[in-house]
Amino acid sequence: MGHTFAEKLLAHYAKKNDVVPGEIVTVHPDHLLMHDNAAPIVKKITADLDVYGICDPSMPIIVLDHVIPAADEKTAANHQLIRGFVKKYNLPYFYDVGEGVCHQIVVEKGLALPGKLLLGSDSHTCSYGAVGAFSTGIDRTEAAALLLTGETWLKVPKSIRIILLGSIHSPVSAKDVVLWVIGQIGASGADYYSVEYQGDVAQFSIDDRFTIANMGVEMGAKNAVFPVDKVTTKYLQSLRVASTQYTAVSADPDAVYASTLNVPLDEIPPMVAVPHHVDNVKPVAEVAGIHLHQCLLGTCTNGRVSDLKVAAKILKGKTVHRDIRLLVLPASRQVYLDALKEGYIDIFLKAGGVVLPPGCGPCLGAHQGVLAPGERCLSTSNRNFKGRMGCKDAEIYLASPATVAASAIHGVITDPRSEVKP
Amino acid sequence: MRVWRYGDDVNTDMLFPGKYTYTCSTAEEIKPHLLEDLDPSFAKGAQRGDLIIAGKNFGCGSSREQPVVGLAAVGISAVVAGSFARIFYRASINQGLLLIECPEAVKAYRTGDAVAVDVEKSLVTIGTRSFSFPRLPPEILAIRDAGGLLPYTRARLKKRKSC
Repeated sequence: MGHTFAEKLLAHYAKKNDVVPGEIVTVHPDHLLMHDNAAPIVKKITADLDVYGICDPSMPIIVLDHVIPAADEKTAANHQLIRGFVKKYNLPYFYDVGEGVCHQIVVEKGLALPGKLLLGSDSHTCSYGAVGAFSTGIDRTEAAALLLTGETWLKVPKSIRIILLGSIHSPVSAKDVVLWVIGQIGASGADYYSVEYQGDVAQFSIDDRFTIANMGVEMGAKNAVFPVDKVTTKYLQSLRVASTQYTAVSADPDAVYASTLNVPLDEIPPMVAVPHHVDNVKPVAEVAGIHLHQCLLGTCTNGRVSDLKVAAKILKGKTVHRDIRLLVLPASRQVYLDALKEGYIDIFLKAGGVVLPPGCGPCLGAHQGVLAPGERCLSTSNRNFKGRMGCKDAEIYLASPATVAASAIHGVITDPRSEVKP
Repeated sequence: MRVWRYGDDVNTDMLFPGKYTYTCSTAEEIKPHLLEDLDPSFAKGAQRGDLIIAGKNFGCGSSREQPVVGLAAVGISAVVAGSFARIFYRASINQGLLLIECPEAVKAYRTGDAVAVDVEKSLVTIGTRSFSFPRLPPEILAIRDAGGLLPYTRARLKKRKSC
């Protein structure tokens, strides 16, 4: 009997020949991601660290991104504490304010590689399945214990197979595909499961795969992963990662899956998740015309150059509707630089947009674009929970960069097919 | 003992709004904001020994552990739900908070029913009916029974002297 991606990878990390779903294994992950929450994590174990030190200083990755630049004295003091911690323990993988959103940085710096195991104290750690890594979120306390011991337990998950069939047609994008999938599976339909994307994946760039894997947790998945193919190896070569630096893990052809979902790509229209649950999805056409106040383009879900390119093409020479604040959030400094070079930032600014520093921005409601009661935001981010953008009496809709750009022009939810000829 | 009843997909923003995530970390900072956007009466009224009964996918969303730290600090004796999101589930083990996955018990519950939990026997009783719930594997129970992951880790490190 063959094995799934998760079974093979976790068996390797557990130093076993074979594992079965439900089995508890002890693993030493390659990396542990933390962000601004490294401050409360470190505070939990300051005295323990003085005695035992950090088990593996090459394990932690710390990226300051959630509230950057610091919004107040408290967040500034947290950043200060983290910088002191990094210096004290001489940690090699630290990225200060302005580098970008943690998940983008992990991939962009070549820290997530095929066949690697990464844990992170952030739910969207599942993003690195885009490059064939097994990655999943944990809580702060577990991150603290990992700093001390370097190891933790994982339950080997059952797996769901999602087979992508056919082709998507511009302006339909990876975001529309993943929203459609979440609508089918539901917010809890993949709880505890490993999700493997298969089928006609070659048309999806690493940016696209990132968007899809990033939202795995929105259907409850433990991890979401794409096969490693030419698209992956070419991307990693662009980061100067040689194929000798990793060993890809792929599911056996006769692996056993708990269920299979076939995705008819040709039939998927531009999609939107309506308040207040991510699985509450509809075709954009069904909600077109709803008035908006803010449009957010970017984040760890859709803040890469290819995303900004799609939006820039739609916004070129246009002006954002007078009722709309368009916020642009590049996922990293590198993305920002590339977008500047390509002229996209120029287009956004001339259209009336506001470009935010690469980080999490208003996505989690802490600053830089918090909503007022009664306001409505259309966002390329990954969550539309009530209160998510700082106000429980506001509404968040989720969509693709093309839909957000088209809607920003008209001030209402707009099907991007009206702006872009397929 | 009071039972607090909630529906499906109670997410971490409902349990503890994201806007406080980077300014509130201690139990005392967290408690006043628990369930703020879902049920403002919870933070004022919840007492030690109270119990939550909820639908499926309780705790979905963010990895923030404030909801778990807060519920444990208030003294919530157990959360009984149809199912739990996995990071929340793990976080609860790590904080020593008892989660009971038992959709049958959730379905059976009617307002006013007495609810009792017998951890030893893995039984939850709603009114006069009892339902069994899955037991955690022993190696995981050991973490919860130690009072959470940090006390458990400290005890292990003391024995090992190094990682």
